[in-house]
Amino acid sequence: MSASNFSDAFKDTREAKGTCPFNDQNDPVTMLLRFKDVRKTAHNTKGFSSAAKPGRIVVPSEVNIRDTRQIPFEVDPPEHTEYRALVEDWFKRPLDPDYENKLTQIVEAEIERVLQKGSIEAISELSLPIQSKALTLLLNIPLTEAQTWISWGTHVFRSEDSDLDADKASILYDYIDAEIDKAIAAPDDSLYSVLLNSEYQGRKMTKEEVKGVLILTFAGGRDTVINYLTNTIAYLAEHPEAIEKLNDNPALVNTAIEEFVRYFSPLTHMGRVVKEEKEISGHVAKEDTRVSLCWASANRDESVFENPNEIVLDRKMNPHVAFGFGAHKCLGATHARQLMKVFLRVFTEKVSTIDIIDAAENIEDWGAHKRKVGFNELTIKLNAK
Amino acid sequence: MAKITYITKAGEEIQLEASSGSLMELAVKHKVAGIDGDCGGVCSCATCHVHVAPEFYQKLEAPTEIESDMLEFDDNVTEYSRLCCQIPISEAIDGITVNVAN
Repeated sequence: MSASNFSDAFKDTREAKGTCPFNDQNDPVTMLLRFKDVRKTAHNTKGFSSAAKPGRIVVPSEVNIRDTRQIPFEVDPPEHTEYRALVEDWFKRPLDPDYENKLTQIVEAEIERVLQKGSIEAISELSLPIQSKALTLLLNIPLTEAQTWISWGTHVFRSEDSDLDADKASILYDYIDAEIDKAIAAPDDSLYSVLLNSEYQGRKMTKEEVKGVLILTFAGGRDTVINYLTNTIAYLAEHPEAIEKLNDNPALVNTAIEEFVRYFSPLTHMGRVVKEEKEISGHVAKEDTRVSLCWASANRDESVFENPNEIVLDRKMNPHVAFGFGAHKCLGATHARQLMKVFLRVFTEKVSTIDIIDAAENIEDWGAHKRKVGFNELTIKLNAK
Repeated sequence: MAKITYITKAGEEIQLEASSGSLMELAVKHKVAGIDGDCGGVCSCATCHVHVAPEFYQKLEAPTEIESDMLEFDDNVTEYSRLCCQIPISEAIDGITVNVAN
């Protein structure tokens, strides 16, 4: 099987039934698989809440490893609207030319570094360092801080034997607590200080609220970005002609990144807690039960996407939901898109071909469905231009 | 060459000229407030929602189902709503005025 083939795990169930159950730590979830159901439910924040117990809308649930509410992610309108407005401008900074230049320097340096090395393990030696160093720009802190995050390894919450590892999660939470205290003691122009100075409902944001924004920023953009980058490398390894096409045609990069993110859908799904009973594709969603919006399945829905299982680099109409949909759409999407663009630009400029030496797939287990989301290991050799 | 007028939510009037690309691309290039064009024009983000002046709305090609479905879920939708990434710039729309919706 080819490394860059990511099959549509949900096709049969999506077409036959539209929903499927998943038993998650005795708090079952019904996964919604059809594009229209996913968008409609994501839009309906009144009927499908994000403001449940912290960690409950995440699948697998994090209620046993986290008490801090992620903000604005685990809040409903109207409170959500005010929180989101507080952080929106900060998270648009990736559009500044200066930010883009710094990001380009980071990606260039990382690719140059591994080009010298011969064979590398792409996740730990390329994707994770790029993701971590890029995150220092989003937080507006010194680049050297990335070394700490790189040392944590690829998964913030997961360990070898468990999907949810409280000890590992506490490393991140304790780190953020300490950084917030540092910013209180010596204010600077980092995201920590900006948040500590922000006003919500006429009062300063609390430490717990600031921590909630930071946990979201760290956790939401780690595995997702790492998988995106690694999967893109696997695709380019097996489609060397795409490297040339993208290098020759900068405009193609814009549609290509949207297509990669649709096809790879680095975040499989996100949950909601039902507030108002509703029937969705035959499933009666009862109050206080969970449903999930399966972005990965929606993004392969044949009723919306022509040839959904093919990567079409110049796909013109691509209403994918890989960054979610509606009020809660990904806050980090501007940063992610800028990184995706810069990465493709720099990578296709410097690399001619890629040899895949070894690959171990990362397969998620959603009960009846097994979905490839990325790799546990991808050993490659990059050949310079 | 087509003359295009954008009116932002704050009431600022911005007049631009172009001969190719889309109304979204032109607006993003000139930083018209309220038009972000996050997805680059593939109809995935609805951050380029405008209300087209009625006299011009009919002159445009009708929106595709994908565009209409996107608009269905957006705020401030009117019968003249369009995602301006789907409006190509040509002589045919010379003189068009659009109000930024959000």
